[in-house]
Amino acid sequence: MVPITTLHYLVVAAALFVLGVIGVLTRRNVVVVLMSIELILNAVNLNLVAFSRVWGLHGQIFSIFVITDAAAEAAVGLGILIAFFRNKETVNVDEVDLLKW
Amino acid sequence: MAQYFTGTDYLLSLPVVLLTLFALGILLIDLMLPKQLKWVNAVTAFAGVLFATAGVWRIQAVYAKGAGGYLGRFAFMQSMLVDRFAIYFFYLFLAGTALAILISVRYLEIENEHHGEFYALMLLSVVGMMCMAAGYDIVLIFIGLELMAISTYVLVGFLRRDRRSNEAALKYLLLGAFSSGIFAYGLSLFYGLTGSTNLRAIGNALQHQMMVRNGHADPVAVLALITTATGLLFKIAAVPFHQWAPDAYEGAPTSITGFMSVAVKAAAWAMLLRILVFGLYPLRSVYLPLIIFVSIATMTGANLAALTQNNLKRLLAYSSIAHVGYMLLGLVALASVDYTQPAFYDGFKGILLYLMVYTFMNLGAFAVITSLRNREVIGDEIDDIAGLYFRAPTEAIMMLIFLLSLAGIPPLAGFYGKYFIFLSLIESKHYVLASLAVLYAVFGLYYYMRIANSMLMREPLEKELLPLSWGMRAALGVTAVATVFIGIFPNWFIEAVNWSLGLTQATPIAGLMK
Amino acid sequence: MPQNYVPIFIFIAIIGVLIPVTLLAAKLVRPDNPHKEKLMPYECGIDPVDSARGRYTVRFYIVAILFVVFDVETIFLFPWAVKFKAFGLFGLFEMLIFLGILIVGYIWIWKKGALEWV
Repeated sequence: MVPITTLHYLVVAAALFVLGVIGVLTRRNVVVVLMSIELILNAVNLNLVAFSRVWGLHGQIFSIFVITDAAAEAAVGLGILIAFFRNKETVNVDEVDLLKW
Repeated sequence: MAQYFTGTDYLLSLPVVLLTLFALGILLIDLMLPKQLKWVNAVTAFAGVLFATAGVWRIQAVYAKGAGGYLGRFAFMQSMLVDRFAIYFFYLFLAGTALAILISVRYLEIENEHHGEFYALMLLSVVGMMCMAAGYDIVLIFIGLELMAISTYVLVGFLRRDRRSNEAALKYLLLGAFSSGIFAYGLSLFYGLTGSTNLRAIGNALQHQMMVRNGHADPVAVLALITTATGLLFKIAAVPFHQWAPDAYEGAPTSITGFMSVAVKAAAWAMLLRILVFGLYPLRSVYLPLIIFVSIATMTGANLAALTQNNLKRLLAYSSIAHVGYMLLGLVALASVDYTQPAFYDGFKGILLYLMVYTFMNLGAFAVITSLRNREVIGDEIDDIAGLYFRAPTEAIMMLIFLLSLAGIPPLAGFYGKYFIFLSLIESKHYVLASLAVLYAVFGLYYYMRIANSMLMREPLEKELLPLSWGMRAALGVTAVATVFIGIFPNWFIEAVNWSLGLTQATPIAGLMK
Repeated sequence: MPQNYVPIFIFIAIIGVLIPVTLLAAKLVRPDNPHKEKLMPYECGIDPVDSARGRYTVRFYIVAILFVVFDVETIFLFPWAVKFKAFGLFGLFEMLIFLGILIVGYIWIWKKGALEWV
């Protein structure tokens, strides 16, 4: 059986990161875009924790702060989305079209 | 009981702690205030800024007594470095915030959204900015960035019933969070490459790796650099990562647009300089082409887009992106030479002086636009400023000063910002870039003069005089005087910048890069 | 150590076997006569009035936001609790400051009426 090395974690993290970026760039629903951003931040966490295996605890501490930040961003994001929804009745990104050029 | 923090730690975090306490105090006091007394919050916030300024001044005084050269004081186990660079930026943030508070009060009353949270969020975002400027550990810098960014997202969407404000906040949040994610990914890779979260340790480890590999960077280091730089360039709104800026600037409450364009931008620059110049200096040959490309794209894109704008806030948003392009040229000069060369210091000086000058002139221009908001008039179209000279002559002349200064006309402050950057470009032999920058400055003159033309030559659409609040008068006075004064007596301010770079000291700022 | 994970693998293996076996056994034993009424989704015994894919009221989102924000604070309490004795009194005060800031936020939410189901 192949031992699981740090590299394996990094490949998974890179895959998550790319999926998150693609999600942000292609999805229409704001909630799904927010979820894709969470995916990117989770890739960061996975990276940090995997590197912690090599370098010690610093990375895990960093990942705790990244998790907190993700929660704060999600909360503010949903709050703004609610305010937006109340005025406009849609959660689709391509209907966010008042400001252009 | 083990001693974790020392007295120095507490002293150096004094401004941050004071601002946090004032922000929490405003939240609690606001719950008890009736609607007519909401101005008390503004006074409290202003007092908070003054106390924090006193705290910074105290740090500076204690610090000046200390022995030694440039190297500032570390706090909290080397995660925070309060050096002269950081102190300089502290003063900039506090000045920008104080002026933004002054112009906010009447505006929020007209919008009927005068809540205490507005000021609390402003102070909290300054806390974040201070962590960004003084952070010497990528964890602290990231937390500071997020604290600032999340507070600003809410401030942009503060006019809950206004659809433009909602939309601006949503766009700013999505793109801001996206860029933060990319930025954090780059930071995690740097941690993995070097085994430390401390900027100096990261720099040393990268230097060592470059030496082992005969001056070639590790491919992973290049990937980490590109993702980190993408995040940083997003935050300063450089082309091609600028799309959020015009939308967020247009939709946000006008006083917050001013705040974002000076304090938030200065904080993003402080973070960019901390990371790219202090931490990743060994990789400068890798990021130099990237910065050259981005600076040309930024000047071109922003100046061309600004030519056709009819919304004042949007026009000034593009102009502020164009100014970022000029400042990036300073970074080009700085990164293309060794830190023993004069071009290094002139480029650095140019960026810092530019940011100071820009704080006053741009906030002044936004103060004038803020004052155009009236009961029925939104006041951010170029038609709304028409004939301002006949409605408020003093204000129109001040606006003219700000516009000329933004265009970089010699006797005014804006000229000196550009002067040092062009000087450093010539010293580092980037002649093509220097002439390109001068060419685009002419474009700038055209669109600033469009506003001036509308203001001075056209008939006003509304005849009534423009009412000005006391806060607005104070803010306009301070910014106008500062813009003229820096232009006429530039030496004092150049001295201040020299001080912040430690050029008066035996070991200047470059001591940090060894 | 990989051998520490042996019990977990045994556990997973048991689950992997148990679930299909019980489901299969239930299918074999139970009487099977489908009926239109029985195939409808169960909503407290009342006939379903609307599609299940309708919108939730926005109040759920507010509850979710508040939950997320206050849920995440525990992530800081865990490492602190592990090292509580090493930090001593200093750690206690630091954590009290942290919780104090959160309590200010809580009071603010309470007074603003976000906890009420209007």
